[in-house]
Amino acid sequence: MEELQQILEAALASVERAETLQALDAVRVDFLGKKGQISQLMKGLGHLSAEERPHAGAQINAIRDQVITALESKRDALETAAEVALLARDAIDVTLPSRPAHHPGGLHPVTRTLERLNALFASLGYTVATGPEIEDDWHNFEALNIPAHHPARAMHDTFYFADGRVLRTHTSPVQIRTMVSQTPPIRIVAPGRVYRCDHDLTHTPMFHQIEGLVVDRDISFSDLKGTIVTFLNRFFEQDLDVRFRPSYFPFTEPSAEVDVQCVMCAGQGCRVCKQTGWLEVMGCGMVHPNVFEQTGIDTDEFTGFAFGMGIERLAMLRYGIGDLRLFYENDIQFLNQFHGSV
Amino acid sequence: MKASIAWLKSLTPTTLDAQGLVSSLTMAGLEVDAVVSIAHPFTDVVVAEVRRVEAHPEADKLHVCQVFDGVREWQVVCGAPNVRVGLKAPLARVGAQLTESVHIHTAMLRGVESHGMLCGADELGLAEERAGLMELPGDAPVGSTLQAYLSLPDHALDVDLTPNRGDCLSITGLARELGVLTDASFTPVSIVPVAATSTAQLPVQLEAPSGCPKYVGRVIEHVDVTRATPLWMVERLRRSGIRSIDAVVDITNYVMLELGQPMHAFDREQLTDGIVVRFAHPDETLVLLDGRTVVLNEDVLVIADHQKPLALAGVMGGEHSGIQAATRHVFLESAFFDPITIAGRARRFGLHTDASQRFERGVDWALAEQALERATALLIDVCGGNAGPTIVTESPTHQPTRPTIRLRRARLAQQLALGLPDPEVTAILESLGMMVTQTSEGWLCEAPSWRFDLGIEQDLVEEVARVYGYNRLPTSLPAQAISMAAQPEAVMSVRRLKQFLVDADCQEVVTYSFVDPALQAMFEQEPGVRLANPIASNMAEMRRSMLPGLLEACRFNVNRQVGRIRFFETGQCFVPEADGLNQSERLGIVLMGAADRTSWEASRPVDFFDLKGLLDGIVALHGGAQLQYAEANHCAMAPGQTAQVVCQGQPIGWVGRLHPRLARALDLVKPVYLADLSLSPLLTGAVTTFEMISRYPSVKRDIAVVVPEDTSWGGVQACLESVHDERLRAIELFDVYRGDSIGKELKSFALSLTFQAKDSTLDESEIAGLMVMIMTRLKTELGATIRE
Repeated sequence: MEELQQILEAALASVERAETLQALDAVRVDFLGKKGQISQLMKGLGHLSAEERPHAGAQINAIRDQVITALESKRDALETAAEVALLARDAIDVTLPSRPAHHPGGLHPVTRTLERLNALFASLGYTVATGPEIEDDWHNFEALNIPAHHPARAMHDTFYFADGRVLRTHTSPVQIRTMVSQTPPIRIVAPGRVYRCDHDLTHTPMFHQIEGLVVDRDISFSDLKGTIVTFLNRFFEQDLDVRFRPSYFPFTEPSAEVDVQCVMCAGQGCRVCKQTGWLEVMGCGMVHPNVFEQTGIDTDEFTGFAFGMGIERLAMLRYGIGDLRLFYENDIQFLNQFHGSV
Repeated sequence: MKASIAWLKSLTPTTLDAQGLVSSLTMAGLEVDAVVSIAHPFTDVVVAEVRRVEAHPEADKLHVCQVFDGVREWQVVCGAPNVRVGLKAPLARVGAQLTESVHIHTAMLRGVESHGMLCGADELGLAEERAGLMELPGDAPVGSTLQAYLSLPDHALDVDLTPNRGDCLSITGLARELGVLTDASFTPVSIVPVAATSTAQLPVQLEAPSGCPKYVGRVIEHVDVTRATPLWMVERLRRSGIRSIDAVVDITNYVMLELGQPMHAFDREQLTDGIVVRFAHPDETLVLLDGRTVVLNEDVLVIADHQKPLALAGVMGGEHSGIQAATRHVFLESAFFDPITIAGRARRFGLHTDASQRFERGVDWALAEQALERATALLIDVCGGNAGPTIVTESPTHQPTRPTIRLRRARLAQQLALGLPDPEVTAILESLGMMVTQTSEGWLCEAPSWRFDLGIEQDLVEEVARVYGYNRLPTSLPAQAISMAAQPEAVMSVRRLKQFLVDADCQEVVTYSFVDPALQAMFEQEPGVRLANPIASNMAEMRRSMLPGLLEACRFNVNRQVGRIRFFETGQCFVPEADGLNQSERLGIVLMGAADRTSWEASRPVDFFDLKGLLDGIVALHGGAQLQYAEANHCAMAPGQTAQVVCQGQPIGWVGRLHPRLARALDLVKPVYLADLSLSPLLTGAVTTFEMISRYPSVKRDIAVVVPEDTSWGGVQACLESVHDERLRAIELFDVYRGDSIGKELKSFALSLTFQAKDSTLDESEIAGLMVMIMTRLKTELGATIRE
């Protein structure tokens, strides 16, 4: 009995002393291995009498179980400690910048704005039409009721080529191309680059326009007004006052300029609206009968409206951009401010 | 057009204030750009008479004056050189305010008390420049406030007229419009014909009656052109932005402003035999009033005598025949010129005159005689003289007529979505000066002679809408039959392509479509299309590719310390081709700097394969044809790192590294990778046709193919694909190795071949047979050695 108790204590002490998993395994072999001390005791049972054997066997088993329990407990402890040490070694600085799985670039604000406009008009059933930027005189002027020497040509500051063609001064030629090639009903928007020979603080020689055209039976000025008001409220995501001022464009009659309540000062008057409380944002009107005649559309059967606006102007108002020239410098500090999905 | 409010109100006495007028005009389509101040808002300034002038005892340049203000005399110290006894001038009395900061107090000037200040026009905001005391006319009523005398306070409206409203380029025109728009009615200037007091006249021949259907002229003899223009006229001219020149010119300008009829005055004694209105002879020359000589041709209408051209009709007079100080007899011209004949002529000679501006837009063709009578009366009033008879020379067949325009009630109601009561429509039309007849279907209207913009029904629709008020008209959304839009599955949108590039960390830019020809020449063998009138020499040529613009954007940012650039742009490019100008959309991409954004780890620089990955990524979006890359040379790209991009057998563009020579020229230190491709092939996808999948296992075999250094992977791939055995399902390159173990001038492609049959499990012997066939082909076609 005493021997058993000594072996048990020796085993438990060895377990306690073991500081590594290898040392612990040596302890296991030393006591529980084939030639281990406790295994030897089990083998020694054969020398005992049949009466003594069960009792002695039970006692040996008891200390063996105690040693196993101690070994397992110690193994758990050592393994946990090893893992903790490993993790400590692998600790990272979680505040370092991320390694981005995905970092988006950005769309140019003109494109963003155009895409918003396209989407808004698509929801009203408009499709997008495009056309060439180098245009002939007929599409850019003549068919739009702007004959040669018309005073309105002076308003356009046109870029010319030697062969008489021009850089389109508006996206209206796309309207002409559409009316020539399609029969009503027509419902299009024509976005794109346009060009005027003008370069100063508030003009760039290239800019973007979007024009809309609706031709169908029984289209009225009232439909035009409703479309514009709805569009402006959706674009600016506010209910804004909108007013229509009579104006003159050779290709529409009646024609109107559209003013929207200043989005910067809510119509109170500020530098942006020159203290008027209004911002001029677009021109529009009913398609002029001469334009219909040029494009072969029956003016008694069909009527229509058209509208056009500058994209940069809308983008400047929407995003609070104060300087038009920024659009074409392509400075990253400017461009990378326009984020989010459109 | 600048118009004094006081002058306007003299014809249409509305009670509206400046803001009310601005609003009325603007909302009727006559946009008022600004309300311009024409004098300081001074107080307590009166017409005074200088009664005595003595030298100042202490100062050479000062005078001590006794000035009568209508009630009593004041002692005023004055430094103006033109002060003299008898002069009438504005006196700012003690207590007067001239501007916000200038108040008049009793002052001691070098020891002499001064009770008030005699004023120059500039001090009252009535002139820009200092010119001594403002000299008031002898008949100016002493004691009257200057405000009352000069119809002050007054403001000028600066009206930005659209080209269709030439009729409003006069006080009469604007006042007439205000008569329609406001509570007050318009009373035209009363014009009494001036009876002839002499028989002098000048014969007029209309040789170009289409350009000049009517010419009214009159000789006025024995005028004194040196007389001063009356102050009221000078003031009205000034408030419309016109400087006083001399009495005759001022009067013709005044009548033009008042009525809208541009006029011209000739020195009668410079005219030989008579007036001929004709088109110029080729290469005829004329010295204009501004001293410039212009060379004319046959589509330019001139006023000539029997020897030479005298004036550019409707644009500008000539130097030779103009009024001089010594002119004794004046010939006054008041004509109607056809707008199309005049249009564009001024611009051609680099001119823009008050006359051409009006004639181009159309001047009331019933106005010429009235204007001449008005000018005659004013001229005789100011300069004296005897008027000869008014001679009207006209070609009735060439005169405009008042068109009769039909306005259908139903059309009006449809266009405005509003049924206006008939009397209201009639009233609007009549208020605009139309002769209106009501018919069963609507109205027949004769447009007034001053409205050149009214010719068709739609014009009247606009007039009714405009006067009724656009903002009072109803508002609706169009009711249209809905239709389902086409959605072609095989065509990817540009929007999707852009979104892909944005998601791949690229930034869209927008650059000008015209570029510096010198920059473009670095990227192109051929020049682009040149603008005839570029805005600057570095914006003179239309881009042929996206590269010049992208490089310029790249450079702009590199110059601002940006080290990593990933830009793209889409847009039209302009390439002259044998069968015309190709203007189709292209995509350009430029990459420079680190491959990824991480800032705290070593990052490799971007290279060719990053850019190629973007291009392959685009076509992978839609499952269309894959892109092929053929080794090629491009003048702007580095040899050995440049490929022509081929899609379905057609070259569609280029990808490669910017040639180091150009990079140096553009001050770009880091390697720059560029792509420029035709856009539409990149958007052409395919609709999937399902292919039955195999249920049998696949087998992989790895081999290393050792080939000479100059054999490309593309060559190996093509050789493998030429096997055309559907059991070879996939070829995957997993290593490229060069080293001593395989020998010099050689490289090894390690690749994995996947075999799979559709209808059976491949056995070892089948695979072995395939491998032998493949390896044999590689050996014989490429001279490759194979290591399994």
